[in-house]
Parts: sequence; structure tokens; C-alpha cells
Amino acid sequence: MTAAGPGPVIPNFGQASACVTGNNLFCWGWVRDHWGDTLEPHLVQHAELTVVAVAIGFAIAFLLALVSHRLRALDQPIAITAGLIYTIPSLVAFQILIAFSGLSNTTVEIPLIGYSLVILYPNIAAGLRSAPPDVLEAARGMGLRPRQVLWRVELPLALPAIIAGLRVAVVSTVAVATVASLVGDRGLGYPIFQAMRLPTPFKTEIYSAGALVVGLALGFDLVLVAARRVLVGWAQ
Amino acid sequence: MPPAAELVFDRVTKRYAGRDAAALLELTLEIPAGTFCVLVGPSGGGKTTALKLVNRLIPFDEGDIRIDGRSITGLPVVELRRGIGYVIQQVGLFPHMSVGENVETVPRLLGWDRARRRARSAELLELVGLEPADAKRYPAQLSGGQRQRVGLARALAADPPLLLMDEPFGALDPITRHRLQLELRRLHHEVAKTVIFVTHDIDEAILMGDRIAILREGGVLAQYDTPDAILAHPTDDFVARFIGEDRALRRLALRTLDQIPLDPAGARDELPHVSDHSTVRNAVSLMLEAGVDRVLVVGDDRSERGELPFARATELLRS
Repeated sequence: MTAAGPGPVIPNFGQASACVTGNNLFCWGWVRDHWGDTLEPHLVQHAELTVVAVAIGFAIAFLLALVSHRLRALDQPIAITAGLIYTIPSLVAFQILIAFSGLSNTTVEIPLIGYSLVILYPNIAAGLRSAPPDVLEAARGMGLRPRQVLWRVELPLALPAIIAGLRVAVVSTVAVATVASLVGDRGLGYPIFQAMRLPTPFKTEIYSAGALVVGLALGFDLVLVAARRVLVGWAQ
Repeated sequence: MPPAAELVFDRVTKRYAGRDAAALLELTLEIPAGTFCVLVGPSGGGKTTALKLVNRLIPFDEGDIRIDGRSITGLPVVELRRGIGYVIQQVGLFPHMSVGENVETVPRLLGWDRARRRARSAELLELVGLEPADAKRYPAQLSGGQRQRVGLARALAADPPLLLMDEPFGALDPITRHRLQLELRRLHHEVAKTVIFVTHDIDEAILMGDRIAILREGGVLAQYDTPDAILAHPTDDFVARFIGEDRALRRLALRTLDQIPLDPAGARDELPHVSDHSTVRNAVSLMLEAGVDRVLVVGDDRSERGELPFARATELLRS
């Protein structure tokens, strides 16, 4: 870390305005000047970290839910394992993984994926079980094969629960992904930690990056709400 | 596919694991093609079990079930089921599919092209008394009666020669229920399927059935005959109790006045008037109400068709 010498309180920020040097509550000028070199790249990284983690987490949770849908006895063990993974502190997980995958995206994604399972798995599994018994009996009675019952009846009826799970998982992953900055320069956590480490934490950077985290979560959530409208029109 | 199929239960026995008493004991039943056969009896009589054996939702232990002489165990189960219409009390419509998509379920499984499916679904919605615009609606937007109409259309979609109905009207209010009962009777005259219809309601059985099979606890067949024959000659006390002490009146309800010989109309115009579409039971009820021993039967145009004397009702019961 650079030692804080004499001069302006905020180092390395070029010709700082009076607002920045005075570390006022919020400096729009700084946000404008550093959108391109600080905020936007980290926002994009953060979105990528989240999308990759939730996508892979969803694929794993979905496969596990399909397995436990056939073998009901596995449901509890899977749910409990997902719960245990969730209790591992991210700092510890990073420390262990750095030994294997270094300061890479992989080291960040693995815990994010693991944490998403605790939300995604139970929602998908419960969704697949939510088809009413009379609907399943009618489906079988009309001659749908077990696989057709799954893809044409149980899965569509599980969509509301699956999308509800995805919404929580995405928002929670956006929040947790801020700690990815512990493993190098990635995500909106990085500018926040940088600004916090200064002798006098730089408010504008902390608040603007924080606001982007919230905005990103809201944005993802809106996308999923829209997807729900399109895919689950029958339930409205 | 033939319009209707003969269905035979041949000494069929079903026991559920962990229960001593049989659910169905050596049931033998021959249901001729085109017959509307009602399975009726108290709960524990095995009537729903008997129904679900036919489309193999439940496997049976002994005996055989044959459709048009072929054992149902002889072909793949999904193929068997796609050739049998199936209607249940809770209807079981797919909530995520429109009414039209629900009706097209089996045709889609059978690989019909889109145009043929559409045409068939439109035809069926009309047959069961729904509007063409209803095809786009979702089940949640329908009343209970409308849902069961869709359930019936869905079961008829691929024109199966055999229709299984498990208490289809059990969850409906009495008015809707009676309307659907009458419409199903009319429909049966039009489409001439073999229908196996389960109910616990003897009134419904008498109204709907060409033949009635009464099952008692333990899955034993108590009597299998036409409604008229069962009401006239119950085989034992169980059947007599089940059909009720007013069985004579129920029998009279099976005959309408245009089906029986009447006396020429006399000059007494103070007699109660009754439509010739009405039943002998209604005519007798009017006599009791008015304290007279005959009624005047009139046609739709109010013209006199003749008089029904009370003694004629008694004669009918002796026949």
C-alpha cells in the first residue's frame, strides 16, 4: 500500500476537485471522470461473475433436483449438504482454493456457485414436486410416458418456483460477489475496498460502487420478473 | 378404431399390499360394445379400483381384462392408455396449457398434425357445449362445470372406443351436475362409446346407466343388470337397501308417459295436466298431490294424448 504522504487526502486521483479533496458526501464530478476507468469495468466484471456463478449453480442444482425427483431419499442429504456448503466462510474458501487455482476467476466462482445451491436446489426440487396429484394421474392415464410427464407437465408447473429461486439466488450472489476483490482486482468490491483502505475512506467511490451493486441486483431481478411474465402467463 | 369396444372382466382379483380383504374379488363382468355401464356401491366396494385396472394405473393380481377380446396386458401401457378416454373427478386439467392445448393432448401424443388437432379440438368443444373462444382460456379461468366439460372433450379427443369416468360429476353443484348428466346421456346416444362410469350415487347410476353393476364391500359383485331389472328384482337385502325402499317410484321414473299405453281422454277437465315427456313417477306424484286417481297427459301443443289411471302405474310395476 502506498504510504500516505503530505498533500491531498485522496491520492492518485489526478487533478482532484474541491469536492474530492474535501471528501464530501458525494461528488458527481468524480463519478463522471472515473466511470470509464473504474466503475464501468468493475460493474461489467461483477455482472459476469454473477451470471457465470448462477448459471453453473443452476445447472448443478437442476441436475441434482432431477436426480432427487426420481430418488426421493436423496432429497434431504442434498439439501443438507448445500446448507453445509453455505456455512463455509468465503474467506476460508478462498484461502483453500488459492492453493489450487491461484488468484483466478475459478477461485472466486467456486464459492459463489456453492452458495447459490442452498437457494436454487430446494426451490427447483419443491417446484418439480408441486404438480397436483390429479394432474399427474390424468397425465399418466392419458398415456404420457414418465419423461413426457416430467418435461411437459412437472417442469412447466415448477417454473414459478424455479424463477422465484433464481431471483433470490441472483440478488444474493450479486451481494456476495463483492468479496471477490479479496482475490484480486475483480468486481465492484474492488473499488469499495480500495476506497476503504485509504487513511480517510473516500466516500464518493464507496457510495457510487455500492449503488451500482444495488442497481445491478435490481436490474437482474427485473429481467427475471419479465421472464416470469413471458413463461408463466397461465399463473397470472 | 371401431366406434365402441366390448370390455370383459374375467374373474379379476386385486389385493392391496398390507390388507387382508381383497379390493376386488373375482369380478366377472361382460360389457357389450356401446353400453353405458355404471359401477356403483359403497366406499370399499372396489369400483374405482376396477376402473383403474382397465387403463393399468393399478395392476391386477389374478384373472384377465379384455378389450374386444384382447388382453390389456398384451400391449404397451402407454399405447393402451392413449386408446382409452379417462375422466376423473378433480378433472386434472393441465393448468399451464390453454383449453385447446389440453384437449389436443392425446392427438399430439399420437402425432396428429396441427391442422387436424385444431379441427378436432374445435369440433369437441362444440360437442361438449363450450364456445370456440374458450380454446384460448386457461383452466383457472373456468367454472367447475366448464372444466369438467373440457375434461370430457380431452378424453374424447382421439375418438377412443372406450371411456372411463371416475365420479366425474362428484365435485359439482347439484344443478350443474344434473345438466351435465343429461348432456352426457345425450352425448352417449350421439357418439355411442362404451362407457364405464363410477359413482357412489344410486340416483346417478339409475339415471345414466344402460346397465348397473353394484359392488359391495370386499369388491364382490352383488348384481349386474339393467336399472329396471335391478329395481324390480334386487337379488338380496344388500341391493334392496342400497337402491332404497322407494324403488318402485324410482322404477316409475325410468318410463316417460309417451312410452306407455294411455286411456282415451274423458270429459273431466279438472284433472291435473302433465306433459307426455314427463315420467310416470311425476304423474303419480301429481295424483297424490291432487287426491285423484288419474291425470290428463298432454303433448307439447297442449293437445290431449290420453289419461293415465293410477292402476296403470301398478300394472307397470308388475311387468
